[in-house]
Amino acid sequence: MSQFHQVFFEESFEGLENMESALLDLNRGEADAETINTIFRAAHSIKGGSGTFGFVEVAGFTHVMETLLDQMRDGRREVTGQAVDLLLASVDVVRELLGAVRDGQTPDQERVASTRSALESLLDGADAVGDNRQMAGDHGGGESMGGWRIRFRPHPHLMQTGNDPVRMFRELAALGELQVEADLSGLPAFEDLSPEEACLGWSLVLRGEVAREQVDEIFEWVEGDCELDIEALDVAPPDGGDKATDGAPDVAVVPRKEAGRAKTGGTETSSIRVGIDKIDALINIVGELVITQSMLGQVGGSDFDSFDQAAFERLRDGLADLERNTRELQEGVMRIRMLPISFSFNRFPRLVHDLSQKLGKQVELRLSGEHTELDKTVLEKIGDPLVHLVRNSMDHGIETPERRHAAGKPETGILHLNAYHQGGNIVIEISDDGAGFNHEKILAKARERGLVGPGEEPGEEDISDLIFQPGFSTADEVSDVSGRGVGMDVVRRNIKDLGGSVEVRSRQGEGTTFTIRLPLTLAILDGQLVQVGDAIYIIPLVSIVESLQIDRRRVSSVAGQADVYKLRDEYIPVINLHDLFDVPRRSGDFAESLLVVVEGSNGRIGLVIDDLLGQQQVVIKSLESNFRPVEGLSGATILGDGTVALIIDVAGLIELGRNRPGSGRLQLLNGDAA
Amino acid sequence: MNTAQAVDEQPGDESKAAETAQYLTFILAGEEYGVDILRVQEIKGWERVTPIPNTPDFVKGVINLRGTIVPIIDLRQRFGLDRIEYGKTTVVIVLKIRHEEQERTMGIVVDAVSEVYDVQAEETRATPDFGGVVDTDSVKGLATVDDKMIILLDIDHLINAGVLEHLDGIGEETADAAS
Repeated sequence: MSQFHQVFFEESFEGLENMESALLDLNRGEADAETINTIFRAAHSIKGGSGTFGFVEVAGFTHVMETLLDQMRDGRREVTGQAVDLLLASVDVVRELLGAVRDGQTPDQERVASTRSALESLLDGADAVGDNRQMAGDHGGGESMGGWRIRFRPHPHLMQTGNDPVRMFRELAALGELQVEADLSGLPAFEDLSPEEACLGWSLVLRGEVAREQVDEIFEWVEGDCELDIEALDVAPPDGGDKATDGAPDVAVVPRKEAGRAKTGGTETSSIRVGIDKIDALINIVGELVITQSMLGQVGGSDFDSFDQAAFERLRDGLADLERNTRELQEGVMRIRMLPISFSFNRFPRLVHDLSQKLGKQVELRLSGEHTELDKTVLEKIGDPLVHLVRNSMDHGIETPERRHAAGKPETGILHLNAYHQGGNIVIEISDDGAGFNHEKILAKARERGLVGPGEEPGEEDISDLIFQPGFSTADEVSDVSGRGVGMDVVRRNIKDLGGSVEVRSRQGEGTTFTIRLPLTLAILDGQLVQVGDAIYIIPLVSIVESLQIDRRRVSSVAGQADVYKLRDEYIPVINLHDLFDVPRRSGDFAESLLVVVEGSNGRIGLVIDDLLGQQQVVIKSLESNFRPVEGLSGATILGDGTVALIIDVAGLIELGRNRPGSGRLQLLNGDAA
Repeated sequence: MNTAQAVDEQPGDESKAAETAQYLTFILAGEEYGVDILRVQEIKGWERVTPIPNTPDFVKGVINLRGTIVPIIDLRQRFGLDRIEYGKTTVVIVLKIRHEEQERTMGIVVDAVSEVYDVQAEETRATPDFGGVVDTDSVKGLATVDDKMIILLDIDHLINAGVLEHLDGIGEETADAAS
């Protein structure tokens, strides 16, 4: 039975996503029978599936949702904004329930119970007042006279997103009397402790007249990176009594701790759903491959004596076909890993919907290029940086309707997410028509921090780029530089880790555009094969600027330590790969060597090699998985003859050359010249 | 020469196997060493490797083992024994190494393979203290089979501590020296 569970969970989560997007359509007043039907069908399948597998809680909860949806579908109930919000909250609850069942955790019973009773009271036609009370207890706004009880348990990576619990607590303390109690149960043994991970949880009691929005605002940036429960102090928990509140932390914490361990240590088998058209394309290619193979077999099976010109022609044709088939097969297999970026974009309608309500802004989200495909690994890793950028634009880019009105702009701001292919890259743009950067303020801040010297006058682009400086905007500066820069260095680093880049263009008053460039895949690269002594290395084609014959007169030595080559108006440092990699020189005249000028993120350098061989696409294989990372190399690949060739990591190589002055020098050259 | 001989790839449960364990033995400078046979993936002849720059001499390089990049370690050189020319009997034993929940595949170059022995737990003796001469941490114990002494190796320790961490140490030294 359990082998069907994974399929069920995948389908259910997909169903929930469909429900969510359909509900958001409803919200925009595009309610039609078909949309409600879609939602109903999704809820119905989840209910049916969970009933079959015995997930009683899920089935019970979805049953209530289904009843409500059924009434809407039959027109017996009006589709109100309130009902839609409640259904959206229910979708979250079902998602949590399903996740809890899958990971063997205990779901947040309070939230389930309160959402469920809110649904039931809506069904019973209970008066609006009762509904509101429930909503307030669950996730609604309002002001609590007594204060708030907050349970806050960050996910381990919280600190890496640039957030700091201490700063948040300090802000909370400014709102009223704050009691903080740390929950140490998640604390690992000292030797396992990673200082960059958050392992504590906190229960906070904030007393005083504080509006819910004020509390929400503080936790806004960590939403999704933590488990957070905020409840009013004067609203008794549904179960009532002290027992529930006393018992809650223990009960809630223990399974969560287990869950944390399961997440870090467990081997998660991830699967991928592949469109049938891609499979069909593969089957076609394999079919052609079989034909080519039998054709070649015929040629090979013929007698040697009868092997004539015609047979040779057929052999050549066959080999050409084989090459094409192989290339297509490779591309087809790679395409299986490619998913449309809509997988990542799809979460934004909900995020924008929720955020715009919370911030009191009117934002229209435009998505384009959702069908642009990219590698699954890249897709998974780009999600968080995108969310960060979208939040940034929502929070600090787009202004409130009043301000927009005053500035003569339409009250509804536009947030545009766009994706397209360009060369071997995918480009993702996040643009808003908001306030843009205040370049003067950023510059002033940068001067204050010594990032820009007193005499320097950077251009607008350089100023915008400053927001990516680590620690450029800490908590205190959020309002000063319109908040841009919270964790922006983390965003840039994450994107760099994927081999991509991020740029920003901003015009004050007109808006901001972030442009992210990413490689389509991490598994294949276009490489230039180079001969160094007896060894063959591969230099990524993208990092090669040019290759040239070495002109001895253009080489000079600086302080006897490093060699430079005069390339037109520029002097570039030169490294001899023979020496750096300790490969025996092939002999021969140095003048026959070639210089390959390569560019990494940290500069430009000339590499002395013996010969340029062919260019080809190579499949990157990790050196790390069976060995360890090696400086200056990004991996290895297998050449046509079955031997291994090492792939040069240009940035690492430049670093290596800098750290070992003299070792890569062109001693031979000087010897030759003498 | 290709003596490729696939053996059961299932990693052994050491606590159960402690009663009687099978060891594949090999010769290194006249001595016989044994490794847990359940960790042996295959035995193959010596072939040309691709050297990895800036690694110690005992790391011969990497080979392509059916699409996987597998590093090859010369055990003689790692133990500081005299180098000999690789000959007809020289073989590479491909082992599965456990390292922090991960499994790595690595090859070791030895003079020759010898036998497969059943070794009873009671036949194993603890390693005497050799002082600093031999890295005894990588030796699980000594066993006597047919009046021969066999040195049983703890390959996880040998590769993890003896090779990978050793390399880390070297890496740091050079980095320190450079900076």
